[in-house]
Amino acid sequence: MSITFFRSRMFTTAAALAAAFSFAASPAAADSVIRWMHVEQVPGNIELWNQIAKEFEAKHPGVKIELQFLENQAFKAKMPTLLQSNDAPSFFYTWGGGVLKAQSETGALRPIDAALDADGGQWRASINPNAVSGLSFDGKVWASPTKSGLVSFYYNKEMFKKAGVDASKIATWDDFLAAVKTLKDAGVTPIAGGGLDKWPLHFYWSYLSMREAGQKGFADAKAGENDGFIAEPFVKAGQHLAELGKLQPFQNGYLGATWNDALAAFGDGRAAIILSFENTPATQASNSTSRKGLADDNIGRFPFPTIEGAPGVVTDSFGGLNGWAVTKNAPPETEEFLRYMASVDVQKRLAKDTQIMPVAKGASEAIAKPLLKEVAETLAKETWHQNFLDQDLGPNVGAVVNDVSVEIVSGGLEPADAAQQIEDAYSLERQ
Amino acid sequence: MSMSETTMPGRSFAPANGKTGPRATLQRRKRSLKHSKWPVLLLFLPPALMLFTVLVILPMGEAAWYSFYNWNGYGLPSQWVGWRNYQLIFRNGAFSQALINNGMIVVASILIQIPLALWLATMISSRIHGALFFRLIFFLPYVLADVAAGMIWRFVYDGDFGLVGGIAHLFGAEPPYWLADRDTAMYAILGVVIWKYFGFHMMLFIAGLQAIDKSVLEAADIDGATGLQKFRLVTLPLLGSTVRLSVFFAVVGSLQLFDMIMPLTGGGPSNSTQTMVTFLYNFGVTRMQVGFGSAVGVVLFVICVTLAFSYKRIFMRHD
Repeated sequence: MSITFFRSRMFTTAAALAAAFSFAASPAAADSVIRWMHVEQVPGNIELWNQIAKEFEAKHPGVKIELQFLENQAFKAKMPTLLQSNDAPSFFYTWGGGVLKAQSETGALRPIDAALDADGGQWRASINPNAVSGLSFDGKVWASPTKSGLVSFYYNKEMFKKAGVDASKIATWDDFLAAVKTLKDAGVTPIAGGGLDKWPLHFYWSYLSMREAGQKGFADAKAGENDGFIAEPFVKAGQHLAELGKLQPFQNGYLGATWNDALAAFGDGRAAIILSFENTPATQASNSTSRKGLADDNIGRFPFPTIEGAPGVVTDSFGGLNGWAVTKNAPPETEEFLRYMASVDVQKRLAKDTQIMPVAKGASEAIAKPLLKEVAETLAKETWHQNFLDQDLGPNVGAVVNDVSVEIVSGGLEPADAAQQIEDAYSLERQ
Repeated sequence: MSMSETTMPGRSFAPANGKTGPRATLQRRKRSLKHSKWPVLLLFLPPALMLFTVLVILPMGEAAWYSFYNWNGYGLPSQWVGWRNYQLIFRNGAFSQALINNGMIVVASILIQIPLALWLATMISSRIHGALFFRLIFFLPYVLADVAAGMIWRFVYDGDFGLVGGIAHLFGAEPPYWLADRDTAMYAILGVVIWKYFGFHMMLFIAGLQAIDKSVLEAADIDGATGLQKFRLVTLPLLGSTVRLSVFFAVVGSLQLFDMIMPLTGGGPSNSTQTMVTFLYNFGVTRMQVGFGSAVGVVLFVICVTLAFSYKRIFMRHD
């Protein structure tokens, strides 16, 4: 009796367990785990992302979103192997450009066109078209745009006043050089530069060549037409940069300074100008010695000047463009989540709380800080958005551009030789 | 050898074919070695061999294969470029600078570091008061991780907030920025290298000095040799093998130098402080030039192997 009782108990338990497993298993099969790989280090931003993920999970039962962090350099080094393995994330952070293109060509990614064009193309229509086209190759969109950026000059208003320089009068490169001279004569270190990291100085060469070549000239050079990057505008861009270098405008020891050092020099009031990202008001403070940096009302902004007689216009902007790239085997809900991330409401929250430059139309109105608002308005009116050259031209040519920018400005390389080096490197990419 | 002796100690002493004497013992020992070798090999070799093959031999072969492709690491290498990567290496100014810098590190080791280490070792190898304390102090830099040392010295050299800057400010001078100047950066790094590794060489020499028979030195004393004569004619010749080993470590260490340079200068300014490994990292890994980077790796490998073997052949033949 007792044995049969036990047996039946055992049987029912086993049956119950089996049932439980099968119940657990069936939603598990429908369960989708979206793995989100990012390089974000600011805790507040990740918190907001987690919150957005939770909201999405609540609205989509059975979907689970996991955030995975990799440090920037490790992320870049690991991505080639990771993408070709079974551990590939569902979607990951991208800077667009040559790397995204290379990734798209391996077949490891899934274009998001179908999702963009679903429901009469609502998603596509809601995003700034420059951002969408910036992440497109071969007629397909390879990443969901998430934020844009703008590099421009930030200056210390007090120091400008002390030296008697009026930032609003700086319209051309010659005006800028004159301002640098005036600052120097007044005993002020004109510019903060980060030569160790190299890329902070590539901003100068990039902007100058954009101004010299214009959008068409730049596209031609990339396509290898009209002598590519050894064409006159690119040599001239180097010459302008060399002129700036001759004025010795940077803080002492700038060649050994990292980007954070440069931000610190600006934030401490040791240099008057910095050519930098839209988030400078925040980063100059966090990197400064006092952790407070310059007060917001002491910081002014002016766009990179134009060059007289050259085709580039002041509304041609240079800056980052970031997105989320979807991998081939990602669960189908991934695009749905990215669409949610890119919706105006979420983008407004991101813009307000994480201070990004949103890409969804109308989201920039959520930006309260005047300096950021100014950038958002500039981006809304931009005529051309050029992504960072160390992304756009791929990591190899990008590194060459970074190298030669530092060399030109420090007098180690002739502008024509620099142009030749870039062309040599890029000619291999065109093959 | 010792294995067979310890596992079967009795057999070599048990005559099996009637022969006795040392010769027969030797023969038997050889035979027992032959018998006992295979099971041991079969048991212990495969795991190590497999690890070595998978983690060392295969990647080396792969690197050699990749070095003939233009490949960014995505997909499979498909663009065969023949010897182009190798041509690019030898045309690259930064690579020749890296070679020169590696040479400079070896020279600085031999001319400054090793004599310094030897001098300190002779002073504190004897049991004088406080010798242990100094040994510890001098050895401390070596214990520090290379990256940590690099970061510390980046701060020391910093002209704005660092030690060097502070000293300059104290004297009211314009602070120097050694790491930012392509003419001085390499020397600044050499200083750190010497600081970091002299303690290691010193320890080698202390061990070498302690192995020298005291009676030889006493005999020299009795013969009336001066301190310098004793050092030059007795100590140094007897330390020969340690010196040669020390130089060997300096050469190998120079070829591996990477993690200290990255936080200090990252190879800059203007590639003036690249070593071969930072060159590989900066031009291969960060630029996603897997083919080119592999070619650099192959060149580095060939240089290492050639140097190591020829040095051992020429200088360490009798050690």
